[in-house]
Amino acid sequence: MVLRAEHLGKQVSSPEGTLTILDDVSLVIPKGQTVAVLGASGAGKSTLLALLAGLDDPSSGRVWLRDHELTALDEDGRAQVRAEHVGFMFQSFHLLPSLTALENVMLPLELAGRRDARTAARAALVDVGLESRVSHYPRQLSGGEKQRVAIARAFVTTPSVLFADEPTGNLDAHTGERVLNLLFEMNRQRQTTLVLVTHDEALAARCTRRIELDAGRLSADRMN
Amino acid sequence: MAALLYALRTLARDWKSGEIGVLVVALLVAVGSLTAIAFFTDRVSKGVERQATEVLAADLRVRSSDEPNPDFFVEAGARGLDSARVLAFPSVVNFGDEGQLAALRAVSEGYPLRGALRVADDLFSSAYVVRDIPPPGEVWAESGLLARLGMAVGDTLQVGAVELRLTRVLEYRPDQSVGFVALAPTVLMNLADIPASGLVVPGSRVTWAALFAGGDAEIARFRAWLEPELVEGERLQDLSDAGEQVTGAIDRAQRFLTLASLVSVLLAAVAVAMAARRYAARHVDSVALMKCLGAPQRFVLQVGLWQLTLLALVAGVLGSVIGWLAQFGIAWLLAELVGGALPAPGWLPALMGLVTSLAVLTGFALPPIVQLRTVAPLRVLRRDLPPPRVAAWVSATTAIGVVVLMLYWVLRDLRLLLVVVGGIAVLLAALVLAGWLLVRVSGRLRGGVGVSWRYGLANISRRGGESITQVVAFGLGLMVLLLLTVVRNDLLDGWRASLPEDAPNNFIINVQPEELASVREIFRANDIEPPVFSPLVRARISHLNGVPVRELEVTDPDGRGLLTREANLSWSAPLPASNTLVAGRWWAEDSRGTEVSIEEGIAQSLGLGVGDTLGFSIAGEPLTGQITSIRAVAWDSFDPNFFVLFQPGEIEEFPTTWITSVFVPRDERTALLELVRQHPSVSVIDLESIIAQVRQVMDRASLAVQYVFGFTLLAGVVVLLAAVQATRDERRYESAMLRTFGARQGVVLRGIVAEFVALGLLAGILASVGAVVIGQVLARQVFRLDYAVDPMVLFGGPILGALLVGIAGTLATRSVVRTPPVQTLRA
Ligand SMILES: Nc1ncnc2c1ncn2[C@@H]1O[C@H](COP(=O)(O)OP(=O)(O)OP(=O)(O)O)[C@@H](O)[C@H]1O
Ligand SMILES: [Mg+2]
Repeated sequence: MVLRAEHLGKQVSSPEGTLTILDDVSLVIPKGQTVAVLGASGAGKSTLLALLAGLDDPSSGRVWLRDHELTALDEDGRAQVRAEHVGFMFQSFHLLPSLTALENVMLPLELAGRRDARTAARAALVDVGLESRVSHYPRQLSGGEKQRVAIARAFVTTPSVLFADEPTGNLDAHTGERVLNLLFEMNRQRQTTLVLVTHDEALAARCTRRIELDAGRLSADRMN
Repeated sequence: MAALLYALRTLARDWKSGEIGVLVVALLVAVGSLTAIAFFTDRVSKGVERQATEVLAADLRVRSSDEPNPDFFVEAGARGLDSARVLAFPSVVNFGDEGQLAALRAVSEGYPLRGALRVADDLFSSAYVVRDIPPPGEVWAESGLLARLGMAVGDTLQVGAVELRLTRVLEYRPDQSVGFVALAPTVLMNLADIPASGLVVPGSRVTWAALFAGGDAEIARFRAWLEPELVEGERLQDLSDAGEQVTGAIDRAQRFLTLASLVSVLLAAVAVAMAARRYAARHVDSVALMKCLGAPQRFVLQVGLWQLTLLALVAGVLGSVIGWLAQFGIAWLLAELVGGALPAPGWLPALMGLVTSLAVLTGFALPPIVQLRTVAPLRVLRRDLPPPRVAAWVSATTAIGVVVLMLYWVLRDLRLLLVVVGGIAVLLAALVLAGWLLVRVSGRLRGGVGVSWRYGLANISRRGGESITQVVAFGLGLMVLLLLTVVRNDLLDGWRASLPEDAPNNFIINVQPEELASVREIFRANDIEPPVFSPLVRARISHLNGVPVRELEVTDPDGRGLLTREANLSWSAPLPASNTLVAGRWWAEDSRGTEVSIEEGIAQSLGLGVGDTLGFSIAGEPLTGQITSIRAVAWDSFDPNFFVLFQPGEIEEFPTTWITSVFVPRDERTALLELVRQHPSVSVIDLESIIAQVRQVMDRASLAVQYVFGFTLLAGVVVLLAAVQATRDERRYESAMLRTFGARQGVVLRGIVAEFVALGLLAGILASVGAVVIGQVLARQVFRLDYAVDPMVLFGGPILGALLVGIAGTLATRSVVRTPPVQTLRA
């Protein structure tokens, strides 16, 4: 068991009163599983992802990542857990513009205090086929290349879980396909748990489990 | 360590992309302007310090207005000490028909006992050290004298009744005033020539100095013997009190210039604040991502602090280099005032530069950077989350705190600090209010103008706060420039023009009673109406209301000056023409007694009024007078005027010389030459040449101040750049939209030109109005003139402002318009 959520709920106050955007979600995700999170726009997918990764505090319920109870930690405590066990990929907003590809990949290693950051990061870039792009800045890279740097960065710390919010949303079908192949390849090699938010049925079909959200509630949870 | 590395990488990257350029330039302006002053004053102080050990030309010096007691020299000789004498006084020296006021110094064998004279054989040949003094019959003069009289080495100079040959050019003497050079050039001569010159007679205004030097122990013993021997009017000086006066003057100049440069620092700091805010805003996403990847708040904070520290270091060092270069300009502008070659500056000002850049960053950039650590990591998923805001009171408190600390650092005086802070607050409030009004009014106008102007004016009122900052920044810089150039000249010219054509242009002093008739006769013989002579008695104030002055604590510097210096007394039966009574009553014309009338300013600084008594010591004799009236004096009448006037009577018993002022047309100056030849001890002082010299000094000094305020304008440009940068994304988007809707590039550009020209006009209006108001106040209060508004002031501000801001702003924004709209809208 890598991830566990119990009775997760999130309410926000809005001008029209309290809004429930996530309602009593419980789930357990074992090591190595690949999970697709589906649902209509505004269903609460990103919210769930944020709570599972400890990016935000739930209004109710508890979350464990490995043996850390995220909901009992403060922001810095959760950051440390993320540094050690979590990787991320996003639809946009991938890389730090002021760092080269190599430096971007090095960053999580440095944050975790790893001494071999440079060699490990270089190796990770070689793994995603970007050895010729190490000293390029993000603005000099194409969308697919950027997302591959993001994959290298996500896997370089050998995280237990990788969260991805619509990782191929901004890519054309062909490039998206290549990025996904890479993602699942990494999952196979390193037994990394994947939690992917997506609208893409084809992608969901490649996962071992699919979870559907509807207006903040867990409406379906089944194995493929 | 990781934080430092990350900070370095981001800074390097942001520097390349121009992201922190404005921030760095603003810091450079702040550090450069402050260290320029610091380096310069450091050089002057070093010059003073270096000379301090020889500034007396002796180890011990006794100054007096009468010839020193010969016993002093006998005793010194018996104790194995060296000694020498110096007699100094101002006098007009002549070469052919030309006269020039000079500082005569007649010295005895052995002078100087400490340090050495440096002379040159000719005006432009190199100087060397000499160990002797001018032999009898010869003089050495400073180059200024040669230049003004058109003399060369070898010519003969008329000094009183004797003719002395100029044999060397005096380059340096150890006891010359450092810091600010005396107006009259020095003429060094042998004391043995004085009797024949006839220049010094009893009652002449002269200063004697007895110099002594020897081993430390002997000097200390001699001093112990000497002190009880001193009589009133003799003042003992050693090295410790010699430098005091000079240092005081330098201190004041330094404070003033530093305060002036703090104006630029403040403006630059505003630019720093704007740039830092934008920098923080642009890094919110990066910070969110870093925190998402596991960076704790501590790390984010460390990165920010490292970035600021690195910036402070770089800007501190580079800014100090700029300051170091800029001080050459100030030194050049003030070369004539400061005199001689200054030593190279030390390194301390660079440290000050570092402290300045750290302080400015701490006060104005730290809050938004520190706040970055609270960015929510959730922003990686929800970009619409608002970025963290720094509470207004936090940024205001840190900024004000740092400014007050910096001011205190410069002023080192709590009371002065309060006055300055209060003054700045009032001034800023007035400027901001004026700026706000201008911006408001210009916003109203936009209904009546063309499309480009409407667009420009709309932009100004939309960016209200920033527009006001820019209007104030440029307005202040332009106002100071207008004041120092146009208004200053207008006022001085106006003052000169306000003097009557035949206002006295020469003072005649040191006329002995028995010479009066003959002097009057010389005037009559030259068809000049003989002027009215006033008696002059030299005295010292010994008591105020019966209390000895040395037991009094007088804090007012003018009052203290009057008590320590020798005072000039006079007597008069009628109230003199240029005086008006403000309190008490004037004595009856035929009365005799010891009533006293004092000038109102001096009454104020000594806290005296009608009914108080003043005790004097005149040539060792006591005389007490009772104040029966207070007078206001029109000093610019150029009549001889006195702080203290006695009723005729007992005062007439004391040694008296006579003085007067007289108008002598330029082409009748031969009368004066004749007078000086026949009466060598009489001094004629040419007011016009003194006014010309004072004016020259003021010109130089105000050039230096303008130079300092040049940095203020530069700071204004940086504020403009920061504002442009802060709005760049917005402008780019706007321009792309306008052009997508079909506006041609020219239209958009014209709008931007209009915006900055209007901004410059507003700043210029503020500057002109400010300069006119201050000019009027000065004219009325200080110069008592009617000063018509100079069109140069009225139009100079807006024209200069429109040009400066229009060009700078357009240049800075141009690239925005050039970016193709597609590129902007896609990003
Ligand atoms: N802090 C908040 N304040 C107000 N509303 C919020 C907040 N966070 C989320 N919401 C709302 O909650 C709902 C769920 O948001 P969420 O981002 O989780 O949806 P999503 O399933 O990821 O949608 P999409 O597929 O469009 O990304 C949305 O309607 C969103 O506007
Ligand atoms: Mg979403």
